[in-house]
Amino acid sequence: MDVRSQISMVFHLDKCLGCHTCSIACKNLWTDRKGTEYMWWNNVETKPGTGYPTCWEDQQKYQGGWEKNGKLKLRSTGKAKIVANIFHNPHMPSMDDYYEPWTYDYQNLFNAPEGPDQPIARPVSKVTGEYIEIESGPNWDDDLGGSPLYARNDPNLEGLSEAERQQLFAIERLVFFYFPRICNHCLNPACVAACPSGALYKRGEDGIVLVDQKRCRAWRACVAACPYKKVFYNWFTGKSEKCILCFPRVETGQAPACFHSCVGRIRYLGVLLYDAERIEEAANAAGNELIDAQRSLILDPFDPEVIRAAERKGLPESTIEAAQKSPVYQFVKVWKIALPPHLEFRTLPMLFYVPPMSPVLANRQNDVLDHASTDLFHDIEEARVPMKFLGNLLGVGNETKLRYALRKQKAVRWYRRAITVGDVDLQTAQKMLREADCTAEEAEGIFRMTALCPAEERFVIPPSHREQAAEMFGDVMDRKQGTGFGFLSAPRRGL
Amino acid sequence: MTTILQYLDPLLFAVLPYVALFTFFLMTIQRYRAATFTYSSLSSQFLENRRHFWGMVPFHYGILLVLTGHVLGLLIPDRILAWNSHPLRLYTLEITGLALGLLALVGLVSLLLRRIGTSNVRVVTSPADWILHALLLLQVGSGVYLAVFHPWGSSWYAAAAAPYLWSIVKLQPQLGFISAAPLAVKLHVTGAFLLVALFPFTRLVHILVVPNPYLWRKPQVVRWYR
Repeated sequence: MDVRSQISMVFHLDKCLGCHTCSIACKNLWTDRKGTEYMWWNNVETKPGTGYPTCWEDQQKYQGGWEKNGKLKLRSTGKAKIVANIFHNPHMPSMDDYYEPWTYDYQNLFNAPEGPDQPIARPVSKVTGEYIEIESGPNWDDDLGGSPLYARNDPNLEGLSEAERQQLFAIERLVFFYFPRICNHCLNPACVAACPSGALYKRGEDGIVLVDQKRCRAWRACVAACPYKKVFYNWFTGKSEKCILCFPRVETGQAPACFHSCVGRIRYLGVLLYDAERIEEAANAAGNELIDAQRSLILDPFDPEVIRAAERKGLPESTIEAAQKSPVYQFVKVWKIALPPHLEFRTLPMLFYVPPMSPVLANRQNDVLDHASTDLFHDIEEARVPMKFLGNLLGVGNETKLRYALRKQKAVRWYRRAITVGDVDLQTAQKMLREADCTAEEAEGIFRMTALCPAEERFVIPPSHREQAAEMFGDVMDRKQGTGFGFLSAPRRGL
Repeated sequence: MTTILQYLDPLLFAVLPYVALFTFFLMTIQRYRAATFTYSSLSSQFLENRRHFWGMVPFHYGILLVLTGHVLGLLIPDRILAWNSHPLRLYTLEITGLALGLLALVGLVSLLLRRIGTSNVRVVTSPADWILHALLLLQVGSGVYLAVFHPWGSSWYAAAAAPYLWSIVKLQPQLGFISAAPLAVKLHVTGAFLLVALFPFTRLVHILVVPNPYLWRKPQVVRWYR
């Protein structure tokens, strides 16, 4: 057993209100530099929708992630392919797949000569400085639930019946939810495995995946390989950049900016202990066993044997303690209501999503609004977002794990409603708990973490043990507009 | 006038090589140590993806194979001459060389047109890039010219140019061959030395950081503080 610690995340989709505060917090902190304007290390997508970059989930188009043909192989690159493709990467997305960043010619509002019309501020490209026509943006399909241009092209709609599609898109019935995304800091990161220069790496202590700005040579393989398209190419400095999970904040005990600023308090951060020896085995599991395989990597931080193994590996006591208090451990391993996105890409993402509940289909039987059913969980099956869709997104195409997570959430809701409001009877609520495989304590735990979620329980950040971190003897908190940490030169583009 | 020309040959073919090599080694190492961050291929594929393919791929394959030919001629001139002793083999080598040179030229020209024609890419083109492009165009252009108008270059390069280049390596420059060579050859050789000299000041440094370790490293990379 090779015990390692990973700072991992849970996003509670049922609570996301789609305000983009996380994106803005991140943008202001990290990606307001030249060449990074188009990067959204954190973005919020409307689902169903095409996301950012457009249709990133469609690996027929982008060839990201791993594929299993006997052995696990990267779709986009490999030792043989890199030699042939190093001059031109055939799977590299271009700016057209994202958008051309722009600002506005605000001066014109003041300088325009007097005329019959109001002066306007024309959009100006942040790349060329020329006037441009805006064609798309990072959240261009925001709230466009039923749109034929965006929502109907969502790759997760694959396999949905015509009726299910209708149910998603019918006017006045259409439904959508928000899907905030950051780098998943995977256990089997495709970007790291693809980098010809070995510039990308996973930090041993906390599992954060980073790009070494001094070793990146712009071969662009990481951008193509990441199936989540969360590595971005800085077109100005000629270096790849990605979400750093605000490691300077995490190392000083603060939650990352997107977590800290989250209005809906949907984000949880905590340590997971995992067995690094079995990563390859888990990544190789059969499709329908992937979720269980990944869960089995996560170790019980209360198990004395795990603790001993962790201590043998030199994990500090404080990290083990943090793992025991980790909200992520509860969500993923104990309650089993948080699921990784698109595990079929086999990168073993360490960001987990609690699937969203959605409104029930009304008008079902001959225009009679009738929701009575002997099945207490009928509205899970009849939710407007078809289970199949969520299954494609979070369940490796399978609905079993999703149904489990949604039923549990539903049971907790009824149980708490019986207690606090009292308009449903406790017996029924308890029956629901039993049927949803949930104890009363568990329900209280889920309720507390979902509804009350005090900051110190949402973010359990282990001390970083700076004394061990040689990297930190340099100037950690570099300055704004800088690139990378640990070196003080300005991010000047090479000649 | 004659006095200038008299000094020009030694200047270009006995002094410039050393200036170039000295600059190359000193500044490449210095740049790697002081400004590692700037070592990058500075790809612009992200900004323009289509024409990138039609320029980048022919240019690189062409120029790399042609360069390999030059290096082979330098390292094993006798074998090359022996190979060329048979006319059919000589023709094959000459035509292959010319074709690869043309491939590089076509690639280079299309890259240059792409750089000029795409406003996005123009933004990320530095003065050093323009100088480098001009120099490369001169170099590849003169190379193709030589292949066409001064044929059997594979033989005369191995027989005459290689000894000259070796004389530079041995620190005893022999200008016999080069003084008598046609202008195009002089241009080509001078261009080569200029490219070596400018190497550390341009994006050419990406050649030195070609990621060969990838071919034998393990897929995942983990770094520890300790």
